[in-house]
Amino acid sequence: MVEFDQSVALRIAVPRGALFTETLDLLESVGIDTREVRENDRKLLFRDVGIITMRPSDVPTYVEAGAADIGITGKDVLAEQTERDVHELADLGYGRCTMIVASEAGADPVADALRRLGIVKIATKYPKIATEHFLATGRQAEIVEVKGSVELAPLAGLADAIVDLTATGTTLRENNLIIREEILVCTARLIANPVADRLKAGAIDALLAKIADTVEK
Amino acid sequence: MADRIPSGTRDVLPDEMRELRDLTERMRAVFDKAGYGEVYTPALEYERTFTRDGVTSNGSYRLFDEDGNVMVLRADMTVPIARLVGNRYATAELPLRFCYFAHAYRKVRRQRGQSREFLQAGVELIGAPGPAGTAEALTVLSDALEAVGLRRFRIGVGDQALYPELLDQLDVDADARQLLLTELAAGDFVGVEREVRRLNLQGAEAQLLLTVPRMRGGPEILDDLTGPLAHAGTGMRALLELLPERVAERVIFDFGLVRELGYYTAAVFEVYDPAHGLPLGSGGRYDDLLGAFGRDLPAVGFALEVERVHIALAAEERERG
Repeated sequence: MVEFDQSVALRIAVPRGALFTETLDLLESVGIDTREVRENDRKLLFRDVGIITMRPSDVPTYVEAGAADIGITGKDVLAEQTERDVHELADLGYGRCTMIVASEAGADPVADALRRLGIVKIATKYPKIATEHFLATGRQAEIVEVKGSVELAPLAGLADAIVDLTATGTTLRENNLIIREEILVCTARLIANPVADRLKAGAIDALLAKIADTVEK
Repeated sequence: MADRIPSGTRDVLPDEMRELRDLTERMRAVFDKAGYGEVYTPALEYERTFTRDGVTSNGSYRLFDEDGNVMVLRADMTVPIARLVGNRYATAELPLRFCYFAHAYRKVRRQRGQSREFLQAGVELIGAPGPAGTAEALTVLSDALEAVGLRRFRIGVGDQALYPELLDQLDVDADARQLLLTELAAGDFVGVEREVRRLNLQGAEAQLLLTVPRMRGGPEILDDLTGPLAHAGTGMRALLELLPERVAERVIFDFGLVRELGYYTAAVFEVYDPAHGLPLGSGGRYDDLLGAFGRDLPAVGFALEVERVHIALAAEERERG
């Protein structure tokens, strides 16, 4: 006797932080009631509407394991976690940021370090993206991973430059840092668990179609 | 301090072992009844077995024997069984039916719950071309999972050659083709769309390349296929007609399903269960692999990851209460 899963309700991983409000707006526009999520700062699981909330960098972890069927996170997170086995379904367009190389204003410390020392020290929260960018551009780099305010690293002498995500550049300017190179433009992406993408194909395709309508508008 | 064991390996204690043994015995009964004789091959083989022309090995662990030869810990059982057929069954009557329960070894990514050493249960059907051979393998696969007690599993069936053939028909050049297939294998549909846009194809052709990888569902998706898809549709319908009802109702036809292992040539499978986030097993046709070992024979097989089947079964049973 075959008893297939008839429930088509999707569990959605929603990123807290910079993408939070626009993600809820998008979900609201495709017919998901997000009021309870907006009103609750500390609650993490909203069973009635199938939403779970988390840090953006945890979204691929939950989706890959199938703890969420689909999720929304930034391309920066996906580019840093390329080994995650998830389907990337749509570019949602919002949350636009740029992954950049920045260093202190004045003569570029990167060029100076490379010329005199043969290697440049880069502080970043994105060690994989930074490593690949410097490898691809033929420069030796020592990548220093930091967890908090990356802007501090060149000012305090921990690194010659940083690789970081910037939206408006305000924090960089306030810390006397200027953008030297642009690596990647990042926007919010919709991702899916590969098993859910087959077993709940109907629900996922219906959601994608609704999203495509709203994103185009 | 307690001695640690390598990440991705584990000890199995009696309670779990009893359940695993029960599970593999149920599978073995199905394989046996279908005429599949159990074989075992060495966990260690010479590297040259896995690096012949036409063989794609993804073995991760190498060591040297006392004469300096490089040996590899097998990453799956398909290549060793192809080697076995070339060595030991050079003139045997066809088709050959083998099953196995054996550990395979692959590298793991840290802190992901992946297994470095994992138990595979599978079959290889050699000398039986598609669609009849494919239908037989799918039937054995489905019956084995039912015998284990899984109720909600589905089997995704795709065609490894479908998208490449589509690209050929649209005269996509080799570089762009490689980029597209890489994005497709990675499941990056945003990347697929970006690469398709770069091709400057006509609207309908570009649309076809975007739609096809997302086509998945029951037999209804095989209806009304025209143009470049008609051929693929005919092949899948021929397969469907050979499947018993109990197997057919579990199949999800999936035009976007591609497997990373390089030796698959035509039909490919993946096993899904809503109780687990990762596929429980996979397989497909590898009609060119045996040729590398001196017997040019069509072949098909599948491997189930026993520990994942066990996890899914436990989850299904919990949900049933």
